[in-house]
Amino acid sequence: MYKKIGRQSVAFKEPVRILSSGTVVGKNEGKGPLSTFFDVIVNDDMWGTDSFEKCERKMYEQAVRIAVQKSGIELNGVDYLLGGDLLNQITTASYAARELEIPFLGLYGACSTMAESSLLGAMLIDGGFANTVACAASSNFAAAERQYRMPLELGGQDTPTTQRTVTGAGSLLLTCGSNKTTRKERPEILEHVYITHGTIGKVVDFGITDANNMGAAMAPAAMDTLLRHFEDTGRTIDDYDLIITGDLGSFGSEMLINLCKGRGVDIESKHIDCGNIIYSKELNIPCGGSGCGCSGVVMGGYLLKRLDACDYSRCFFMATGALMSPTVNMQGESIASIAHGVSIERLVI
Amino acid sequence: MDMLMNFVWAFIIGGAICVVGQLLLSFTRLTSARILVLFVVLGVFLTAIGIYESIVELGGAGATVPLTGFGYSLANGAIEGAMENGIIGAITGGLTATAAGIAAAIFFGYLFAIIFKPHSK
Amino acid sequence: MAYSDKEKKRYQKQVTERMPKSNAFVQCISAFLVGGLICCIGQAIMTLGTEFFKFSKENTAAFTSMSMIFLGSFLTGLGVYDKIGKVAGAGSIIPITGFANSIVAPAMEHRFEGYILGVGAQMFTVAGPVLVYGVISSIIVGIIYCFI
Repeated sequence: MYKKIGRQSVAFKEPVRILSSGTVVGKNEGKGPLSTFFDVIVNDDMWGTDSFEKCERKMYEQAVRIAVQKSGIELNGVDYLLGGDLLNQITTASYAARELEIPFLGLYGACSTMAESSLLGAMLIDGGFANTVACAASSNFAAAERQYRMPLELGGQDTPTTQRTVTGAGSLLLTCGSNKTTRKERPEILEHVYITHGTIGKVVDFGITDANNMGAAMAPAAMDTLLRHFEDTGRTIDDYDLIITGDLGSFGSEMLINLCKGRGVDIESKHIDCGNIIYSKELNIPCGGSGCGCSGVVMGGYLLKRLDACDYSRCFFMATGALMSPTVNMQGESIASIAHGVSIERLVI
Repeated sequence: MDMLMNFVWAFIIGGAICVVGQLLLSFTRLTSARILVLFVVLGVFLTAIGIYESIVELGGAGATVPLTGFGYSLANGAIEGAMENGIIGAITGGLTATAAGIAAAIFFGYLFAIIFKPHSK
Repeated sequence: MAYSDKEKKRYQKQVTERMPKSNAFVQCISAFLVGGLICCIGQAIMTLGTEFFKFSKENTAAFTSMSMIFLGSFLTGLGVYDKIGKVAGAGSIIPITGFANSIVAPAMEHRFEGYILGVGAQMFTVAGPVLVYGVISSIIVGIIYCFI
């Protein structure tokens, strides 16, 4: 049976169950308003390792282990690990996979990786190629700063649109909809959360070149994917309780709302952004959080738990990614962006 | 009293040079690396046409401590070298005059890079 | 959905217009105060050199820049200089202490990659261009002076 609908979307024949999640965050994220939703808060810069990169790797590995352990499935019962991170050659994910010994497909979608991996994971399961898939994404402030921006100790001011890379790793464990494990058997799992649709984003570039204004660069990609999702599935904004974007930040969110309004879709009352809710105001971060880990931990920690608790019944989770590198940016290229979306629903099957 | 005035002028001139840099940072899209390069080259240029010397006389450290002052030393060294040794002096003069600063930067830079660890903020 | 160039241009314009702006006035005041203060510290070191140690003019200049660079490097190592930079902006970038900061900052965080290609090679990633363009322009000036 052909499961693709419209130009860019897929509808799963049998909704794919999100069985459990694992989240590890750094100390600034741990002080934020979502702190109670995270599994592990690491207060040490390097978590006992000797570099920021190794710390991120450890977070990634632990996030996957936590999700798997909650589900009661053995590590070697997980068919594939899908995921990535922000560092060159996605070393965090690859080296964490070395420790986990799960067959691994590395993905790079910049900050959209969490949505990309859950979308692909769900497709593998619904296609009959897997029973259980782990999806994970991570980022680390210090490691990303070193690679993309300036040295940590270099004195200078943030621009008013600067976003802070979230230190954290989030993972999901996906399984067939026929898995009927209940919370009585495994107290820490999610009972009724399913992925039903996915929309694969196109690379969209509206010509923004300012690397300190990622939110504005990514907003058009988010708009494109969202409207495409509505068109492909025949759904409208009224069908959703929540449109949650990955890391547009406060200014990027404003631009997204505006772009959608220009096309006759009002999402303002239903939109939240992971980057806007992860940090507390006291940290004085100009425009909120960013990075693969941002949408990873907010989705894995916060969104799924709220869904399972009946606070929402249908969300469109859309993680956005800026696909540039410092090299192409220095060569004068604008910031190409992408957004992938998945419909996550509370279903009692 | 003279000494006090020296400090007042150092404060005013030094502060003013930094404000020029800040205006460039705030209102143009120049990165700080470009602004630093611009200031050094500007210092060299203003010294070459004879303007910076009078700023240094008035501002003292206020004119020599900002990076334009580094350009001032470079240019002064090159000019003196050119006067004394011709072309060879013109090439060696700049670095000879600024050797103290560059050597100290390498030495202390290395030393503290080895001693301290970066923080994640 | 294809997007026309006109639409992209309109979006870029909107972004520039609606973008949150920094408060340049406050930034300039703090750049002035911190920059002025750093220069006063330089003036104090200079005075110490001439009045107390009785250094020659050249040695005083060398003594001042070495001391300022020491201060900048030390404060960077302690993790203080970037905090000053958050407030002061150009006020702490433009003085020679900022030059020292731009050398120590990359060097110290590349120690993970070893002492030769890490610390040694990365030391001048930010400060390198300053030396390159400073030296080149001084040589040009020197050569011009040879012929006039």
